[in-house]
Amino acid sequence: MSSLNLDLDSFAINPQYRFQWEAAQQCHVLLFPEGLVKLSDSAAEILRLCQEPTTLATLLSALEKMFPGVEGLEDDVREFLSDAREQEWITPA
Amino acid sequence: MPENKSGSPQLRDEDNHNFIPMWLLAELTYACPVQCPYCSNPLQISANRKQELTTEQWIDVLSQARELGAVQLGFSGGEPLVRPDLAVLIQEATSLGFYTNLITSAIGLDAAKIAAFKAAGLNHIQISFQGSNQESNKKFGGTDSFRHKMEMTSEVIRQEIPLGLNFVLHRQNIHQVGEFLETAEVLGAEFVELANTQYYGWAKHNQQGLLPSRKQVEHAERVTNDFRSRHKGNMDVFFVAPDYYDDRPKKCSNGWATTFITVTPEGDVLPCHAAKVIPGLDFPNVKQHKLSDIWRSSDLFNKYRGTSWMVEPCASCPERMIDLGGCRCQALMLTGDAANADPVCSLSPFHDRVTKITDRASGEFDSNEPVPLLFRNMKNAEQFNQDQS
Repeated sequence: MSSLNLDLDSFAINPQYRFQWEAAQQCHVLLFPEGLVKLSDSAAEILRLCQEPTTLATLLSALEKMFPGVEGLEDDVREFLSDAREQEWITPA
Repeated sequence: MPENKSGSPQLRDEDNHNFIPMWLLAELTYACPVQCPYCSNPLQISANRKQELTTEQWIDVLSQARELGAVQLGFSGGEPLVRPDLAVLIQEATSLGFYTNLITSAIGLDAAKIAAFKAAGLNHIQISFQGSNQESNKKFGGTDSFRHKMEMTSEVIRQEIPLGLNFVLHRQNIHQVGEFLETAEVLGAEFVELANTQYYGWAKHNQQGLLPSRKQVEHAERVTNDFRSRHKGNMDVFFVAPDYYDDRPKKCSNGWATTFITVTPEGDVLPCHAAKVIPGLDFPNVKQHKLSDIWRSSDLFNKYRGTSWMVEPCASCPERMIDLGGCRCQALMLTGDAANADPVCSLSPFHDRVTKITDRASGEFDSNEPVPLLFRNMKNAEQFNQDQS
């Protein structure tokens, strides 16, 4: 498991993984050795912003601009990123 | 692509748009420098490589598969490194948007090829070992390649291509699991698959010499778990138990014709790489048919799709959606009818055929008297071809 600290470190999608749109499945996927994960729209919106190294603060400010007035946005993003960190979808960058 | 359909399998009109062949296994060639007696290739492999798909035909197959939604691609065989066009195919696959996996013995691999594959966009390499040391690797693979595999493992890691090691387990090497894990760790592998042999093709023929006893499997699992707890987090270890010791079967390829599609060296298209053992089936070929027609409308792909083909006890079983009746090839090999429940299931009326096999394997393994194994090579395959004709 990565030692990524979401509040301190910058991070990006694990270089072994690939984020891409799949027309046949009408969703974004994350590809990795011999496997793939289908992503929900909200997960894809977050990971799209993690294709280049970023920080939680940068990410939140971008998402707040995209989805103004959404309640609990920060909590949702934090929860998703913690999960993504556990799964090693994102790693320190 | 030619559209000549004469003399080829009948295609149905009804389309099936619900499933996407997300995983394409491209078996580039049956040629292989390794002679694993546990190979799941058919016994009747051909030494004649003239029937193999050309580079252009493979590129067309890749492009058609990608259009259908295939996204994970495994280059396999035989030994895919035998094909001189491998880097070209990787490059094409990458530009089509595939995530590319190379499944190899590492024989024929060198640092320059690894660099070329990386430049072509290769995403992942899986290197197989036939034993945990020089002697057993040679004994079960028929080649003296252990040191080379170690070197190539280190080289792939050095060139930073994601790497998995695969060690196929059977009665005569399963006691080496601990030694293999130690070796893998020293090499710096991040992912190791300890895969018990699956009994298709050559492996089925050699089953008596290959099937471990339940005791052996349990011991290997214990060693694996001990290793995992000692080395937490450094290396992911995946242990695949032989399904003969389960009381419920495994889903066939995630469900027949739902997720996987295999193209053989000659262009036959299969819902699973072992399906050729099922008699009475016509295997559509990419030289005559479009991949989308084969996937959606061929008799072969629709034959065991979903649940309507099921017979009892599967048809009314509350668990039928969990395992979809298990493996069709195993049902065929052990009960004579591919539509029967996979007899690994304890609810199958033929379950005793599995227990008969596992009972026979229950004896203590004696390393001094291994049952002779028939090695997978063209000479032995030729014998099967003659027997069949």
